[in-house]
Amino acid sequence: MIFTKAFKAIATAGAMALMMSTAASAVTLQLHNGGDPGTLDPHKASGDWENRVIGDYIEGLLTENAKAEAIPGQAESWDISEDGTVYTFHLRDGIQWSDGEPVTAGDFVFAFQRLFNPATAADYAYLQFPIKNSEKINSGEITDFNELGVKAIDDKTLEITLEAPTPFFLDALTHYTAYPVPQHLVEKLGDDWTKVENIVGNGPYLIKEWLPGSYVRSEKNPDYYDAANVQIDEVFYHVLEDQAAALNRYRAGEFDILTDFPADQYQWLQDNMPGQAHVVPFLGVYYYVMNQEEGQVLSDIRIREALSTTVVRDVIGPDILGTGELPAYGWVPPGTNNYVDTPYHPAWADTPYEERVEHAKELMTEAGYGPDNPLTLQLRYNTNDNHQRIAVAIAAMWEPIGVKVELFNAETAVHYDALRAGDFQVGRAGWLLDYNDPSNTLDLLKTGVSQDGTMNWGNNYGRYSNAEYDELMKKASTELDLVARGKLLADAEKIAMDEFAAIPIYWYVSKDVVSPKISGFEENAKNIFRTRWLSKAE
Amino acid sequence: MLGYAFRRVLSAIPIALIAVTVCFFILRLAPGGPFDGERALPPTVLANLRAHYNLDQPLVVQYFIYVWRLIQGDLGPSMVIDGFDVADLIRIGFPFTLTMALCAFVIATSIGILAGILAAVNQNKWPDYVLVLIVMIGVVIPNFLNAALLQLLFGVHLGWLPAGGWVSGSIAHLVLPVTVLAWPHAARISRLMRGSMIEVLGSNYVRTARAKGLGERLVLARHAIKPALLPVVSYLGPGLSYLLTGSLAVEQIFGLPGIGKYFVTAALNRDYGIVLGTTILYMFIILALNLIVDLVYAWLDPKVRYR
Repeated sequence: MIFTKAFKAIATAGAMALMMSTAASAVTLQLHNGGDPGTLDPHKASGDWENRVIGDYIEGLLTENAKAEAIPGQAESWDISEDGTVYTFHLRDGIQWSDGEPVTAGDFVFAFQRLFNPATAADYAYLQFPIKNSEKINSGEITDFNELGVKAIDDKTLEITLEAPTPFFLDALTHYTAYPVPQHLVEKLGDDWTKVENIVGNGPYLIKEWLPGSYVRSEKNPDYYDAANVQIDEVFYHVLEDQAAALNRYRAGEFDILTDFPADQYQWLQDNMPGQAHVVPFLGVYYYVMNQEEGQVLSDIRIREALSTTVVRDVIGPDILGTGELPAYGWVPPGTNNYVDTPYHPAWADTPYEERVEHAKELMTEAGYGPDNPLTLQLRYNTNDNHQRIAVAIAAMWEPIGVKVELFNAETAVHYDALRAGDFQVGRAGWLLDYNDPSNTLDLLKTGVSQDGTMNWGNNYGRYSNAEYDELMKKASTELDLVARGKLLADAEKIAMDEFAAIPIYWYVSKDVVSPKISGFEENAKNIFRTRWLSKAE
Repeated sequence: MLGYAFRRVLSAIPIALIAVTVCFFILRLAPGGPFDGERALPPTVLANLRAHYNLDQPLVVQYFIYVWRLIQGDLGPSMVIDGFDVADLIRIGFPFTLTMALCAFVIATSIGILAGILAAVNQNKWPDYVLVLIVMIGVVIPNFLNAALLQLLFGVHLGWLPAGGWVSGSIAHLVLPVTVLAWPHAARISRLMRGSMIEVLGSNYVRTARAKGLGERLVLARHAIKPALLPVVSYLGPGLSYLLTGSLAVEQIFGLPGIGKYFVTAALNRDYGIVLGTTILYMFIILALNLIVDLVYAWLDPKVRYR
């Protein structure tokens, strides 16, 4: 008797618990995030897999909408001075860190000072170098952080002064380098503030768990100002670099979104899961850099022309990679803001391949090479299947003009070390735009700067140098009128590309797979889709 | 025997020191560094980073700093995963790798030994051929392919098991990874066991045992299995260390939080701290396993005595 009663009670309680749990069942997003985050600290992050996690738990003055356009974030509104150099931001009311402390203008001042502090050693500090005195503070030239162009007028008002008017500055503020950090916590704990047991956030999600090698887990922040419209309750950012395994897990229903997939599976996906794969132009250029240092073979413009014009770019995206990347002839990706409407397109790109080969042969003969005296070039790339396929194809394309290619691959660290040291002839490289502005790629071709007697070429591995180009870039950096600035930048692009400063090959694409259960996913050139805008139907 | 074990433990110290020294300097001779990525860092930032990790000091000074900290039990910070010390990463990842390796080890060893005995007893009959076939699959198909195939079969098509990931305490999530890890190991053990069993079964003392009228079961259990185990036992030590270090592909494909991948990716990333930390850990494991194997050997084979 007692047993039956007890059993009934337990059964009822169990059934109720079951009903409650289904009623309150949390919506969980299973996001395939790719790499293992190296950090959760916005000042130390450098990868898009870190951005996906960090951008969900911290919000900057501005943030991204579903299409990744800049919209008000922690700042409700702002004023820009006549000359475009002083920005005054007004913070929202009631914004707070998840431990209850308010988010103040002081947190932003503290964050920017920390970003530029040489001791922080922030990889991407340079993205915010438009801010007054930031570069000098970062290099240690100025040691008084109060000289930085970021000031708190009061708790709710932040004033940022720039070195010069910068049309892409608001867009740059959506980047994680411009995120605030909780001053009260960082001052107390130092770098340990990002440990999961200490971490706080002001974004739509809060970090709850981090298991290196497996996942980061976040939950919805009930105190976020727009929490009422945030649909997803919990997010798993899964670590999985093996793309084939990721696709298997997506097919098994374990992932809702894939942020990459094997290019050779694109056709299969289109046939079997129509509408789920999203291949979208992404702001970035895949290119070969040619060493133009004095004494190098490729300092001869004729050879550079012969090499660049005989690369058949149309076959690389559709046939070699299989994902249909668009051929690149210029240096600024299509869709970049603040630019001219007609992209750079050289006349030779429209001539038939045979004609290009004939012309290239003539150029090679002029340069002193021919069938009896073939040119041998070393082509370096970092070890990766796709880089290898492209290198093999391009080596075959250069064969008809009498160029013999020796392929040389090395792991990433070694590869870039060699490029930086100028220890190469032709090398594979790529650039993804940090912010949506043409100067971000065009800066790659500026002449290096002399430092302590040695030249620092930065990311200009090929050592391309043209005084006229540098002059145009300098002019553009102070030009206030966006149309005129775009024109100056386009002129610079034309100079460099007409001189074959490098061999652009294709424009990058982003490759996502999104389950039909997910809505709110909007394709965009930055490939940023914050969880806040997504929802999931069970 | 105790004195022998004690001397072996003591001798591990100079071996460890030599290994650390060699590993430290070889690592630094390799081109590239932890901060060479796709993008050049501004020189000031690079200088800051290098100073932060003492990389701006002369190499010998760095070496002594490292060894001094090591003696105090500090493995230093990771240069690539911020906010985690090398010791943290090992603390989180190693128990997982160890659990997985031990599960695979126990399963593979028992299956391998049983299969080996079965194959040897039925030499050149159908059970032998079937076992050889299954075993060869485990050896011939590389584990990353094996993992992908099992994922497709059990995760995607049948839907019986999770295709990957880790949920704390879930056994279902361990089944596929452990299978992939254990298979080639079981294969090797069964080959060894089969070979040595066949040899033992043809030896004089087994013939004597049979001649004096012992049943086949007793012959196997009392006279054949123990000596036949010797080559298997000597393989178990390296075998377990292989399971511990060889979990890279399994961890990466299934997205598991072990340390196997650090051992490889950290070397590619030039994350000096992690490479040295994991090397030291593995070195101690291998030294310990070798010692255990030697002691077990003495127990199995009366001819072996250590002083």
